[in-house]
Amino acid sequence: MSETAERVKKIVVEHLGVEADKVNEDASFIDDLGADSLDIVELVMAFEEEFGVEIPDDAAEKIATVKDAISYIDANKG
Amino acid sequence: MFDLTGMTALVTGASGGIGSAIAKALAAQGARLAISGSNVDKLEAFRAELGGDHVALPCNLSDAAAVDALVPQAAEALGGKIDILVNNAGVTRDNLAMRMKDEEWDQVIRVNLEAAFRLIRAAAKPMMKARFGRVISITSVVGATGNPGQANYAASKAGLVGMSKALAQELASRNITVNCVAPGFIASAMTDVLPEAQKEGLLGKIPAGKLGEGGDVAAAVVYLASREAGYVTGQTLHVNGGMAMI
Repeated sequence: MSETAERVKKIVVEHLGVEADKVNEDASFIDDLGADSLDIVELVMAFEEEFGVEIPDDAAEKIATVKDAISYIDANKG
Repeated sequence: MFDLTGMTALVTGASGGIGSAIAKALAAQGARLAISGSNVDKLEAFRAELGGDHVALPCNLSDAAAVDALVPQAAEALGGKIDILVNNAGVTRDNLAMRMKDEEWDQVIRVNLEAAFRLIRAAAKPMMKARFGRVISITSVVGATGNPGQANYAASKAGLVGMSKALAQELASRNITVNCVAPGFIASAMTDVLPEAQKEGLLGKIPAGKLGEGGDVAAAVVYLASREAGYVTGQTLHVNGGMAMI
């Protein structure tokens, strides 16, 4: 697992209070991990802080799964 | 009860009659304040009067960029967090609707409603992180009853009420409450300018038989800002001597 993936998963576990083994890359934040729309906003804020990236609203809307988040961060981090 | 020690607050319109009463009351309960206002001299003088380590942040609330910068400035000055946001600043540009100019409408909506939205949007971020927040907007009895000559003002105040209810629902799960305090006729610069005959007429409609004081409004704000009021959200607390029972 990449370093980005490790850090993303850690944030997801902390913010959503889910078991680490449920957070696989195909997991959907809303359908599989029980997040609501406010949780997504918070996760995006946490990712921005952790990785020093800016995630604009139109990009944030497309982040539905753990993998989506990892890919976006890997493609955009400095 | 209602101890605010260790909490921080941003209060807009803080050098005005009601705003200064609110600021004094929050400070007296132990909160550390960032006070904002458009009149720099008046604001600095009030900050000096307050004493303590409160900070003054002048801001023109009709300037969107300045409004957006206010919450980050306040958070920085207050050690990184804002527990309480009091949207108190308000302006009037009274006119009969048929004579009301576009800029009279725009100015009132911009300062009273839009600036409040911008401040809440910015403050919600640190509040969500902290899992705690208190947002209190000062509205007016006329937002519920209407008042001839104040279509713009009444719309802005009713707008705050609806907006607060929506935000209360969005943020409740994060322990952030969003409420309004609706003053009736409070002795202030805004009511001092009313003609004596009109004042007499008003008093006849107030069961309490007197104008309210800034402190009456401030006490309601202190309550809603307190930890004890954590289960109260999306509400409007009317402070009007009984002139309208809603």
